[in-house]
Amino acid sequence: MITMPESSASQNNTVNESNETGNTSKSIRQDHATRKRVISKSVLGLISLFMLVPILIVLLSWTQPVADIWGHMREYVLPQVLKNTAILLLMVTVISGTIGTALAWLTSMYRFPGQRFFSWALMLPLAMPAYVLAFVTVGIVDFSGPLQTALRDFGVTTAIPSVRNVWGAGLILSLAFYPYVYLLARQAFLSQGRRAIEAGQMLGLSRGRVFFRLALPQALPWVIGGLLLASMETLADFGAVSVFNVDTFTTAIYKAWFGFFSLTTAAQLAALLIGVVFIVVLFEQYWQAKRGNIITQGSSQRFEVSKPAKLAMMLLCTLVFLIAFLIPFAQLIYWTAANFQQDFDARYIDFVTNSLMIASITTAFIAVLAIMIAWIKRQYPDKSTKLMTTLANLGYVVPGTVLAVGIFIPIAWLDNQLIAYGITSTQFLSGSVIVMLLALSTRFMTVSFQPVDRQLQRLTVNQEAAAKLLSDSPFQRWRQVMLPVLSPGVLTGLLMGFVEVMKEMPITLMTRRQGWDTLAVRVFEMTSEGMWGRAALPSLLIVLVGLIPVWILLRQSDKQG
Amino acid sequence: MSLNVISANLSSAKLTLPVAVFGMMLALAGCSKSSTPEESVDAETPAPSTEQEVAKDNAASADGQTVTIYSSRNEQLIKPLLDRYTEQTGVKVELVTDKDGPLMARLQAEGQNTPADMLLTVDAGNLWQAAEQGLLQPVASSVLEANVPAKYRDPEGRWTGLSLRARTIFYDPSKVSADQLSTYADLADPKWKGKLCLRTSKKVYNQSLVASMMEHLGAEKTEAVIRGWVANLATDVFSDDTNLLEAIAAGQCEVGIANSYYYGRLLDEKPDFPVKIFWANQGTTGTHVNISGAGVVTGSDNADGALKLMEWLSSDDAQGLYASADKEFPVKVGIDESEMLRSWGQFKPDDINVQKFGALQTQAIQMMDKAGYK
Repeated sequence: MITMPESSASQNNTVNESNETGNTSKSIRQDHATRKRVISKSVLGLISLFMLVPILIVLLSWTQPVADIWGHMREYVLPQVLKNTAILLLMVTVISGTIGTALAWLTSMYRFPGQRFFSWALMLPLAMPAYVLAFVTVGIVDFSGPLQTALRDFGVTTAIPSVRNVWGAGLILSLAFYPYVYLLARQAFLSQGRRAIEAGQMLGLSRGRVFFRLALPQALPWVIGGLLLASMETLADFGAVSVFNVDTFTTAIYKAWFGFFSLTTAAQLAALLIGVVFIVVLFEQYWQAKRGNIITQGSSQRFEVSKPAKLAMMLLCTLVFLIAFLIPFAQLIYWTAANFQQDFDARYIDFVTNSLMIASITTAFIAVLAIMIAWIKRQYPDKSTKLMTTLANLGYVVPGTVLAVGIFIPIAWLDNQLIAYGITSTQFLSGSVIVMLLALSTRFMTVSFQPVDRQLQRLTVNQEAAAKLLSDSPFQRWRQVMLPVLSPGVLTGLLMGFVEVMKEMPITLMTRRQGWDTLAVRVFEMTSEGMWGRAALPSLLIVLVGLIPVWILLRQSDKQG
Repeated sequence: MSLNVISANLSSAKLTLPVAVFGMMLALAGCSKSSTPEESVDAETPAPSTEQEVAKDNAASADGQTVTIYSSRNEQLIKPLLDRYTEQTGVKVELVTDKDGPLMARLQAEGQNTPADMLLTVDAGNLWQAAEQGLLQPVASSVLEANVPAKYRDPEGRWTGLSLRARTIFYDPSKVSADQLSTYADLADPKWKGKLCLRTSKKVYNQSLVASMMEHLGAEKTEAVIRGWVANLATDVFSDDTNLLEAIAAGQCEVGIANSYYYGRLLDEKPDFPVKIFWANQGTTGTHVNISGAGVVTGSDNADGALKLMEWLSSDDAQGLYASADKEFPVKVGIDESEMLRSWGQFKPDDINVQKFGALQTQAIQMMDKAGYK
């Protein structure tokens, strides 16, 4: 969803052409180039069409006329929804943007006590589902929770405002989603040129100015990519906003769908939501167009600072880590301990392996797709490519249940056709792992795409041209240059995709085979009747399994940094 | 400049480690995959058919020994009961769990080829909706008619209640005495200003409660009551009943409305939980009661098997377990309740047919939206 600067694109073409000798070979080459272009574009078109099918199905199937609910929604529900959505987006953008970027800058550029620990520990909240964070936090800070109870025991009776509103929700969503910004910004700071920064320092720039004038502009595509993920996740969130009882597009869609059973109204709302996403994406593209693309590699020296400054950095990291991860994590452990004997059985081995299997296959699959799309986008950076890329990434923003239904309808239709023609005798496709894989891919495509795409931008036109000249075959070029260049981005994408698939609920529920349960399904079973304490064991396992890729990623980025 | 130098310059990271780990994960997954077929072979082998009758009854279906349930109920609550059924009859029960909306969308998409035989869910509104969409078929069963009072069944026989859930008033006995309480509508009285806790209007339980009030009091009066409730709120509405009850216990508010089984669960954990239950509307229409229930799916190829299971669930044997598992009340009259339920005292339930909740749901939600009940 990022625009390649037109300049580098034309440079790219010039390089291609300058390689050519003689007129005959030139025309052959042009033929070849055209064919390649057509093939690439159709591949991209196919992918984005495929990603769009579920959304289109939902929008189109929801057109049967029902009683006029829209008027009611417009008058009594929508104003609140728009206001809340704006507040949530603003809060998440500002807070998670600031926290994510600041922490990434500190952990990658400074030395302070615990810096090595925090550099990976601050990624951990990624594995914590937002609704778990929401529920635990409300449980702790609400009037009947331990915090206020303790305060009252000490005689403090000042009224503490309720958190169960849009402000509380915004804060928790920011804490849940800052890791997207943190991960991407960290990737930027670690791989960006230190020479420019050193030069800036030698010229007498203060560290603050180095950050704002040199480092941040260079890292902006990453930061914005992370913010885009965070905002899309905010728009699609249902679980956390439900805990805070905040009306957003997702809850309004649910109300229209399952409360009023007015599919038309639900479709109208979904269309409106997608409209909001397009606005967000336009903003992003506007920012991307403004940025340059300066890359240098340099030493990995960190800044030295005074003792109090070091202490302050450590405190900041500790605070975020405590609230966004350690306290909810401890609560999960506490609940798990209370229910372990009752709940744990041999089936958990299956739940874990099933979760691992679907998460690894899906992330591997979307990583391949992401590399393809990012590469095609780089080669042919025109309007149609931009549009198709945007469409291919849209699945992330549609509420999970809506997307799940959109996926299920065509699959069931296909199944019914197969049965009608006597090819199969039962619902054969729904419940197959392939369908589950494709369905999850439509949702999480963008999670892989954002970091890969950003990383590909780090490859300069000259480097690519040199690689082209010096390699014998495209295969060799990809193996020796492209993949190593892309690897930090691919790794970040794998990590985020893996954790997302582990946490995903509605699509997994709808497309899993009978009895083929994952950890997320287990969480659903326990929370469906409000037994939060008993959902702790599977939630805890999701977090723990999610730590595996975090650990891998850390080892990789440490090698670079 | 050679290739190696370029790649070394660009990045020192290699993909080998992650590739290895993902390979390992795939291998792991492969193991679990290879074990699943064996399991499913085991699972699908019909139980030794000592139960000749059952086999005969279901001769028409492809796999008469299996009943497939689409359920929005917690597996934990339902499974022990279904296991007992399998033990007694040899009929295997498959359970597919999801939320109500997705389950209904799924039934609709699958149509006549659905693997489901039975839909198991909570709230009459949900069952009514499924019946409206043509997802459930009418069945006639003298067993169900004998076991389940008519007001907890669909008049056309498309669904039946299997357990009862009372939604009533809870209070803080240190600040409120029981004789200050009477009806749901009374909680709108200004004397409760700043003392009332409510759960969100998005929860179907509240929608059904308001629907029943609309039936009894009429739309105008009901709307006035809801506005009164909203004006009396002590704090933002809660997203679940457990938090609401804990808020009463902590002194944030003095009265609230919740389902009785949430209270039962809290009492299980903390026997001295400082909140008391009050049966609402005893002098008038009776306490609001909703159901959990089931219906036979239209596209079922084992409708007989599904009906038999439903009949069994309404029997003496199952009712005790079914209701007590979640601190709900049995739907069948004359079943022994647990000691805890008895300690709450007898109450008069509302006489309204629960299908009304579904029919009035849309209006109820609109009314709550208008009255500013979030």
